Amino acid sequence: MTTIPLSTLDLVLAALLLIINGWISVRLDLGLERTLAVAAARMVVQLLLVALVLRMLFETVSPALTALAASVMVGFAGYEAMARQDRRLTGAWSYGLGTTAMLFAGVTVTVVALATQLRPDPWFHPRYAIPLLGMVLGNTMTGVALGMERLVDSLRRDRLAVESMLALGYTRPEAFRPAVRVAVRAALIPVINTMAATGLVFLPGMMTGQILAGADPMLAVKYQMLVIFLIAGGTGLGVIIAVKGVAYRLSDGRHRLRLDRLAPARR
Amino acid sequence: MTAAVLRVEGLRRPPLEPVSLCLAGGEILAVSGPSGAGKSLLMRAIADLDPASGAVQLDDRRREDWSGPQWRALVTYLPPVPGWWEDRVIDHFRDAHRDAARDLLEALALPGGILERPVADVSTGEAQRIGLARALVQQPRVLLLDEPTSSLDPAGTRQVERLLGDWLSGDRAILVNSHDEEQAERLAHRRLTMNNGRLAAA
Repeated sequence: MTTIPLSTLDLVLAALLLIINGWISVRLDLGLERTLAVAAARMVVQLLLVALVLRMLFETVSPALTALAASVMVGFAGYEAMARQDRRLTGAWSYGLGTTAMLFAGVTVTVVALATQLRPDPWFHPRYAIPLLGMVLGNTMTGVALGMERLVDSLRRDRLAVESMLALGYTRPEAFRPAVRVAVRAALIPVINTMAATGLVFLPGMMTGQILAGADPMLAVKYQMLVIFLIAGGTGLGVIIAVKGVAYRLSDGRHRLRLDRLAPARR
Repeated sequence: MTAAVLRVEGLRRPPLEPVSLCLAGGEILAVSGPSGAGKSLLMRAIADLDPASGAVQLDDRRREDWSGPQWRALVTYLPPVPGWWEDRVIDHFRDAHRDAARDLLEALALPGGILERPVADVSTGEAQRIGLARALVQQPRVLLLDEPTSSLDPAGTRQVERLLGDWLSGDRAILVNSHDEEQAERLAHRRLTMNNGRLAAA
């Protein structure tokens, strides 16, 4: 493996490309210059911090610190999933459900991969556990957020149909089934599309990174396949938990539709 | 008239004031009042579609003794506009109910073959009558009819009223919301009015 080292000057030169974006913003009067600068600065600072944290984790290989880092990641992913919801569940459910879904899906899939395919020593070695969990969480988050959003949206829009079924004595799983199907489908489509287009339409970032860092393309591809399978599995698991959770929360033991458990729309 | 079929006591469903009423076997009770007075909310509360406290009984059994779906199959609320969840009309009837549905739709003067039509091709007035048939085939004990003829012409309205009269028997009852004063007068054995969430004798 040969890695061409990058100097700070190399990065500064690459960052100059942002001037193009800034120029577009000024010319078209988009008013995005400030946002652009802040976003770029955030990216640089966040990634540098991550590098420091990862370096520290890899040096110590402590189970407690690895678990702490994983919790922080799950926490942020949960927050992101919630922030993407236009209509949130009330109370602790709003943050708790998405977070629980991702915690369960992310940890399950990552641990399975560590225990069966990768088998590092120790099994929780942060060099493997943290990047894997990150990949799985990042993608599961999209599915979870989409699924929750779509279910809430369908239940609100098709309220008359759902309540007509309930009024005729259908149970909540029967009455919610059409909306649940729409939501799960919408949430799974992106990961399916990604699988179909990978390699043809785009080269996944992780694989590209590995190849640039000098890895054998075949090895990089194998890793990428593993990651995509993990992402697909994690998304499926996370979406089912999140969608079923929303369905459970927006109904009750008397099989009523409880849209009153949605917080008012933001904005 | 026979013994009480449906008994409601101190039903609280804000913003409505607590409601008590009783439906005798074979009785039609009409509630009239302006839009927004809370007539639909009252029906939804009785059908257990919205949370409400208070006592509701069918025969002498408390509502809590049934599951929500069991209760609503017996005490069925019919919204003024029915909801659809499948593409074709017939898919909204359970297999066992389809023959009965054909007979009912014929009695409601709907064209033969309407069951096979896509929901998108059904007119508002047809939809309202199909909605009624959908409830009736399940043989509920109490019907909570919310403006049951609001989309119908006079002939259609008469057909519905006649069908309801035939359906009624000693162990069944109907609560009907109507802002059509003449209809309330024609149909009901007893009348109440709802104003600002408050139910009173007409």
